[in-house]
Amino acid sequence: MTSFLYDNFTALLRNFGVPLIGIAVFLVIWHVIAARIETSLGVMPGPVQVGQQFLNLVAEHQAERTKAAEFYQRQQERNAKMLAENPGAEVKTRSYTGRPTFFDQVLTSLITVMTGFVLAALIAIPIGIVAGLSHTLYSALNPLIQLFKQVSPLAWLPIVTILVSALYVSDDPLLEKSFITSAITVLLCCLWPTLINTSVGVANINKDLLNVSKVLRLSWLTHVRKIVLPSAIPMIFTGLRLSLGIAWMVLIAAEMLAQNPGLGKFVWDEFQNGSSNSLGRIMVAVIAIGLIGFALDRGMLSLQRAVSWDKSSALR
Amino acid sequence: MTHLELTQVAIEFPTPKGAFKALENVNLKIQKGEFVSLIGHSGCGKSTVLNIVAGLYKATTGGVILDGREVDEPGPERAVVFQNHSLLPWLTAYQNVELAVKTLFKGKKTKAEIKEWIEHNLTLVHMDHAMHKRPDEISGGMKQRVGIARALAMQPKVLLMDEPFGALDALTRAHLQDSVMEIHAHLGNTVIMITHDVDEAVLLSDRIVMMTNGPAATIGEILQVNLPRPRDRLVLAEDPHYNHCRGEVLKFLYERQRRPGEAATATKKPDAVVTPLPERPQLRIVA
Repeated sequence: MTSFLYDNFTALLRNFGVPLIGIAVFLVIWHVIAARIETSLGVMPGPVQVGQQFLNLVAEHQAERTKAAEFYQRQQERNAKMLAENPGAEVKTRSYTGRPTFFDQVLTSLITVMTGFVLAALIAIPIGIVAGLSHTLYSALNPLIQLFKQVSPLAWLPIVTILVSALYVSDDPLLEKSFITSAITVLLCCLWPTLINTSVGVANINKDLLNVSKVLRLSWLTHVRKIVLPSAIPMIFTGLRLSLGIAWMVLIAAEMLAQNPGLGKFVWDEFQNGSSNSLGRIMVAVIAIGLIGFALDRGMLSLQRAVSWDKSSALR
Repeated sequence: MTHLELTQVAIEFPTPKGAFKALENVNLKIQKGEFVSLIGHSGCGKSTVLNIVAGLYKATTGGVILDGREVDEPGPERAVVFQNHSLLPWLTAYQNVELAVKTLFKGKKTKAEIKEWIEHNLTLVHMDHAMHKRPDEISGGMKQRVGIARALAMQPKVLLMDEPFGALDALTRAHLQDSVMEIHAHLGNTVIMITHDVDEAVLLSDRIVMMTNGPAATIGEILQVNLPRPRDRLVLAEDPHYNHCRGEVLKFLYERQRRPGEAATATKKPDAVVTPLPERPQLRIVA
């Protein structure tokens, strides 16, 4: 009994205690060192100041939401009054144009990264499958893949910006140019891992299963649907997880330069702003970026578990 | 008329050191409903013969004729039971058979008939109790049963079995051998089976085709097994003809085809051969 309790206790300690100690040690070191560094924006913020900045950002968000609610209330009352005085009056409904808060920016970032990532997956998976099935096509694509996967988002961005400006011309654009530029840059950078892993997964299907398909004389489409896709799912997901990680990293840089109103722009604006709070607010953003990246990866893992037939395979 | 005929079959595999001749001068005629075993040492090209009949390999010279038509590609009339079952791991036993049945009988059978036919074949191999389990949830013997059910469900003219029981323990193997005899008696399929196991070959076959060692392997001897069916392994253990057949195969394998440095130089699959084995006399008489 004692040993059972002891075992449980050590397991608990290992699973939760040790990571918590790691975080605590990090915070203490941060706190001690930060207090000694004098920057142009004052003393470097420690964990406490960063926590305060987070609360400030929450408060700003709530204040902004209250203002928005009040704006809509006033607008409604005004319109109701106008209609009461003159039923034929033309009433105008405007949407609230306040400053985006930190949390609005997080949401923008998430939408942008998912747009780029989903488009990349929609392009990369079919091409990867076809390239995996055809050795010739793979040989033709491989040099291009190896070449372009090396390119940094900062190099793509100017090209994408100019092309988007040239090709996306509309008087009443549905989507912001900065959004499209950021999403396409994300797409160009996160295409490759999915493409490579899908084609490798498809090319390495168990030969016996291919023979089964041949004996049954499965049509090309059935072959892909029934044999190729399920076989390659684990590799496709490995690629997707790598791609999503890259997409999230690239996004921050892309948003900074493209001025897409997301986390990247938040960091850039705070940097330009240079108030005594800026460093703390940027650090809140850094931690948020890390946490969201982690959550995205876990999300992909759960999706993989849900989709994959091999529930026993070790997924981490 | 001959049902299945192999004429002057030879095959070469390209290797970095030039072509490797795996088979040469393979001639074999098989009657409808006959059960034929191919036996020989590892790497002698038994599987290659089977793969040529299946259409998975193309003979370099010579060819295979089934019911008057040349075999040039794989097809369901020559269903294969693979050595390692080759079930799709993401499908249940039922779904694995269903894939074959739906592919072959779409438009020819109604939904109900398809379901009935799948269940019928799984029952035939005694897998009706576990037909909704996935391959990783059932034993090796059960997987092989499902593999046989899938092949049978194709209603093949010839059933090709590539060491179907090679990876199974002795008891499971005996159960499956009984099942295969039962099915063969019931359906009367033509069967070509590859085996390592002398008892298995004698118990199941009408004829045993013994192969010489590679490279350039060919048929060394063919033994007729004139034992009445149905056969019972316990009764046969005492049977003089059974023991005679057994002795003949053993003599062929271990006297006339004994390899110098047995198995040490054996290569399992022809496509795994990187350095061709040195030329050696086709029949090495030891004695």
